Amino acid sequence: MIINIARKELKSLFASPMGWIILALLLFVFGTYFFQGVDQYFQVMSGSIRPEERQGVTEFVGQNLFGIASFVMLFAVPLLTMRLISEERRSQTLTFLFSAPLSLTEIVLGKFLGLMSFLTILIVFIVLMMVSLNIWADIDYGYVLANSLGIWLLVASFSALGIYVSSLTKQPIVAGIITFIALFALLILDKFLANTPNGPMTYLSLMRHFQPFSRGLLDTGDFVYFLLFIITFLTLTVRRLDADRLRG
Amino acid sequence: MTTITVEASNLTRIYGGREAVSDVSFTLSKGEVLGFLGPNGAGKSTTMKMLTGNLAPSGGAVKICGIDMMENPKEAKALIGYLPEVPPLYRELNVDEFLTVAARLHRVSGKHIKKAVQRVKERCGLTEMSKRLIENLSKGYQQRVGIAQAIVHNPMVVILDEPTVGLDPIQIRDIRALIKELGGEHSVILSTHILPEVEMICDHVQIIHKGNLVFNGAIDVLRQQRHGNKLLLGLSNPPSHKVLLKIPGVVGVDALPSGLLRVAYAEGQMPTEALVQAAVSKGWGLHQINPDQTSLEEVFVQLTFQEQAA
Repeated sequence: MIINIARKELKSLFASPMGWIILALLLFVFGTYFFQGVDQYFQVMSGSIRPEERQGVTEFVGQNLFGIASFVMLFAVPLLTMRLISEERRSQTLTFLFSAPLSLTEIVLGKFLGLMSFLTILIVFIVLMMVSLNIWADIDYGYVLANSLGIWLLVASFSALGIYVSSLTKQPIVAGIITFIALFALLILDKFLANTPNGPMTYLSLMRHFQPFSRGLLDTGDFVYFLLFIITFLTLTVRRLDADRLRG
Repeated sequence: MTTITVEASNLTRIYGGREAVSDVSFTLSKGEVLGFLGPNGAGKSTTMKMLTGNLAPSGGAVKICGIDMMENPKEAKALIGYLPEVPPLYRELNVDEFLTVAARLHRVSGKHIKKAVQRVKERCGLTEMSKRLIENLSKGYQQRVGIAQAIVHNPMVVILDEPTVGLDPIQIRDIRALIKELGGEHSVILSTHILPEVEMICDHVQIIHKGNLVFNGAIDVLRQQRHGNKLLLGLSNPPSHKVLLKIPGVVGVDALPSGLLRVAYAEGQMPTEALVQAAVSKGWGLHQINPDQTSLEEVFVQLTFQEQAA
């Protein structure tokens, strides 16, 4: 059943130009950065002769590409999540899902999964770009894997928060703006509190937990942080929809 | 044998201290069409939302074919097809895509989906619109798609909230025929504020007013209330009321502003023949005699008014 809702969401995304345009634009941005990264690699590396200055191509290009991907997703995800529930609320199609033999958890998970499969397409393309370097170089697969896993978890957290905000309002635009602000605040939280680098508030920053992944480090603590983040907001969404049924 | 498909007991819904629906109970058997009547804001839609599990009742219970909506919502919802007031349509999809989604979400098995969609399109007259985007359909066709999504999985109970609103007269006739047809194999509950519609397609009527059930019974009972043991009499040379009252069976005479006389008679003693004979032999100049039907509107107003007085 979850799969069926995910399929419906994907179909809706691709039935309107919205999905295609976002896909095309983002791939264009990623492609450009990838190309630039490769181009710069030769310029920079030809200048550094001493071995300790040299850097692997995977890390050099990957840093560029995954860095920009996490930044671009900050804009793209609110655009995609804002419609998920608020649009259904506005056009009163939520009734359709509520009257079908589905639990609220299934509805929310289905929507989350549908969106994530769309975003996974994007991440797969980034990975393919990186892997294409293997044609003439020996790339560090572990680094690519850690980075793509990191960005996947980061994007999943963005989506979970976005879905929750979308369930709070009838206006997709309002949901989009609030999601963007909230995500932005969470990302740069540690920049604001730079004087207490180990305080509890800095610990909440999404970026802080993404950075180990981008260095190629898999830390279970960060895993758990992202998982808890996702589960919290999806649960809150279910609660919000349940309140609809109770309060009317 | 009659099987009970819908059983509502003591349904109550409170919105901010005000009872939108209070203590509504009824049952519906297989193959029956139940009409829900009531003025605006009477609680029709609220009751329907509770029946379909879209709204949690403040009190009472709903059972669909014996399955409790609160305890087993998924199983109960699988047996229901629901068209809300505003048809829930994904406008960016075309008719085929949308009905396929509806069938899939309502647990129609994979290999039957195509057939189910085909059949429901034929039933609702949507075959030619298969590839059109729902967004571009006229209001009437959108309404049909709404009905189609409610019956695509062949549910035991079909619940339609004002299904004929916004349709042209020909479409209304088609939809009514469709609802009648549905009544054969499913149970249908529909709400409306168009009274003749109820008389045409429903077996049972419920009139709800300010959240209370003020009338619940077969349509015949309502019809009887309508006929009300009265005759309309048109005479060119009417005699005095006393003469008329002497005719056996007659219990009351009223002169109407239109010049006609309204003759009330005792239950089971229709004085038509006696009146005609008297009119002929005494030269009253009879030109019209027919049963006086109070309009359904009047009955409706009476029922809702009584409640107000009480």
